Amino acid sequence: MAIKPPSLRESEVWKSIFRPGSIYRKGYKDTSRDRALAVMNNVLYHLHPVKVKRHGLKLTYTFCLGGLSFFLFILLTLTGIFLMFFYRPMADIGGAVAYQDMQSIRTSVFFGDLMRNLHRWGAHLMVLSVTLHMGRVFYTGAYKPPREFNWVVGVVLLFLTLGLSFTGYLLPWDQLAIWAITVGTSLAGYSPFIAKQANFLLLGGAIVSPDTLLRWYVLHVLALPFVLVIFLAVHFWRIRKDGGISGPL
Amino acid sequence: MAREDTPLDQPTFDATLEAELAKGTDRRVAEGRARSAAVRAYKKAHPEEGAAPAAPAAPAAAAASPAAASATPAAAPAATAPTAAAPAAAAAVAVAAPPSTQPRREAPLPTGNLPTPKKGVADKHRLLALVPPEGIQRVEREQGDRVNVWPHLLIEEFIAMAVLFAGMVVFSTVINAPLREVANANLTPNPSKAPWYFLGLQELLRYFHPLVAGITIPTFILVGLAAVPYIDRNPSVKPGDRKIALTMFTILFMFGSILTIIGSFFRGPGYNWTWPWAQGVFFEL
Repeated sequence: MAIKPPSLRESEVWKSIFRPGSIYRKGYKDTSRDRALAVMNNVLYHLHPVKVKRHGLKLTYTFCLGGLSFFLFILLTLTGIFLMFFYRPMADIGGAVAYQDMQSIRTSVFFGDLMRNLHRWGAHLMVLSVTLHMGRVFYTGAYKPPREFNWVVGVVLLFLTLGLSFTGYLLPWDQLAIWAITVGTSLAGYSPFIAKQANFLLLGGAIVSPDTLLRWYVLHVLALPFVLVIFLAVHFWRIRKDGGISGPL
Repeated sequence: MAREDTPLDQPTFDATLEAELAKGTDRRVAEGRARSAAVRAYKKAHPEEGAAPAAPAAPAAAAASPAAASATPAAAPAATAPTAAAPAAAAAVAVAAPPSTQPRREAPLPTGNLPTPKKGVADKHRLLALVPPEGIQRVEREQGDRVNVWPHLLIEEFIAMAVLFAGMVVFSTVINAPLREVANANLTPNPSKAPWYFLGLQELLRYFHPLVAGITIPTFILVGLAAVPYIDRNPSVKPGDRKIALTMFTILFMFGSILTIIGSFFRGPGYNWTWPWAQGVFFEL
């Protein structure tokens, strides 16, 4: 008598991972009910309802800009974590360790160059896609009631995106980096009443220095992403609570 | 597979239900126990099926509980049997609020037949609900044309993501991100430019005092952007109704873009005007 081998998809472990309705579970049928369960019983239910308005599928309505911005954020997080393994934010007078690490990422780290390129180009692209996303939301009137506050959250997210890109710009510690940051932050020195304090807060000194590098590194890899994730959560939650995708026009 | 899809062994269900009712168990509890016994009996009898559903058995199982409930309506107490509960509620309505003056009433008129209370529990009854017709929420909005997120939207999102990722990998393989010589605080490159998204502001510095270009205008832009939904109170999303808003936004957006493009490509050494095709491009990402 042949013993039937236990099927993986029927095992208790498999069933404990994939909730009822999951497309990976045995017995998934392409019916309305299972299609609904596939979303409802999935972590995706935090992002998407079971059904959306049909016009929301139209590529020329959203151009996927919000979703792609989120994807870029994830991609930047992953490549950023990779780069963190090979980078030390130090640049004392004895030697620019940060810059040496940049060079070794490019030359001796496996896939280092590709990861750095993805991180850098992705960062520029994210600034662009978030800006365009804002334009799309304006042109479709998607900021109108009840979505006013989500627009405000979006403006904060745009500001944080710029902040993340700008703080990351200093980290390579090459001529391009410090002088772009010097130009960019010189404006803070003109703020009324708090010029000196603002400058010191931003740079950790009077000019862009190794102290600035450490400060911006912490902002770039920890502080700003943390704040951004919180605002992202609110942003996504409000999309769903405010009635899903806006429109149609 | 959902629990309610599990086929039931009908004889076991009937036998268990009868036995439980005979013991004096509450009907709902009895039905639950009968269902559980029937599922176990079915699985024992059909081990080869595993968790797979048997399509023809499912409707039979669904039909089992109302049939069983209506089989013994007289014996069931009014408050517990689902079939008897409806007249009880209707009767309560009849006692509390005569409906003759209600114009919008759509529910059937109460019969006035109060169920006979069980012996010994005459003074005990439960009022299930007293709902005036206008208190019932009616769904007025139309369902609209909606599609399932899975698969329609998720597949679209996945394709968009995959295309972008593939494009980025190709681009990053072919074109290297810039890395200049090591930072030197004593050697200012000419020109020194901010990152591209701030070049519009840097361009403004040519025309205004730094306090205006660097502080006032950016603050105004950020606060103004955040205030957009509170300034534009026009409820319409149709482009034809929003000419002023669209025109203003487009002008400002174009203004920002043009300043950024000038700062990026038309400014060279000394941040003086250059033609990109004549003197070259002084722009790095």
